[in-house]
Amino acid sequence: MSYDEERLGDLLRRLPAPPDAWVRAAKELPAARAALDGLVAQAEVDAAERARIVADLETALAAEGVEPTSPLLAELRQRLSR
Amino acid sequence: MGDDAELVGRCLRGEQQAWNDLVERYARYVHAIATQGYRLRPPDAEDAFQDVFLRVYDRLGSLRDPEALRPWIAQTTRRVCLDRLAAAGREEPSEVEARGLDETIDELDEAFAVREALASLPEECREVLDRFFCRDESYRTIGEALGLPSGTIASRISRCLGKLRERFEGRNEPARESGRSRT
Repeated sequence: MSYDEERLGDLLRRLPAPPDAWVRAAKELPAARAALDGLVAQAEVDAAERARIVADLETALAAEGVEPTSPLLAELRQRLSR
Repeated sequence: MGDDAELVGRCLRGEQQAWNDLVERYARYVHAIATQGYRLRPPDAEDAFQDVFLRVYDRLGSLRDPEALRPWIAQTTRRVCLDRLAAAGREEPSEVEARGLDETIDELDEAFAVREALASLPEECREVLDRFFCRDESYRTIGEALGLPSGTIASRISRCLGKLRERFEGRNEPARESGRSRT
């Protein structure tokens, strides 16, 4: 198939950049995963700490330097409910 | 950035830069499937976007063929978007809509290949084409940012599109399936 300039331009337009904040949060997932594992480990050995985390998951994640995105909050909630 | 198999290998060895590269490479694609394919609204699209990369990060080790990273990410995105539609109480695409969705994703696969070709061009071409076509900036805005007259921007866009065409047609291959077994 031959591609003229108009077609190439149209295809370039199909992939605009998502918001920077979304990309930044996705790049931080390895650190977020480690922080989340750390919170769950703390909660498993310290009931008071568990209660504090459960009371405000968003603040608990943010305190670890993690963007509290909806999927991370859902996962933390699920792991702490086991 | 290297090819997908190499990128997957580096991610699995825990290289943060490789993960950054993977996110950079696929962010536009995932975003486009969610917003153009499934027409998710911004809050749902953002959740879907983060969920896709979370699943990719957690399950990368289970990918049997690292060369199939793009179709695997496409299929993961489709599943996540369907979950989002269900969670929001919206209906799944009908059969007719699903055909339109397949066509949209075929277009996005093609767009992804063009984007990859763009990444192989010199910086001056990448920047001017990205500003003009992806950020929708005018000749004047681009010219002011780059310190060049508008006429030079127009001719540079044309020249760079020519280079892109050569590069793209030189590497053009049939797109692999993007997880069409599920709408």
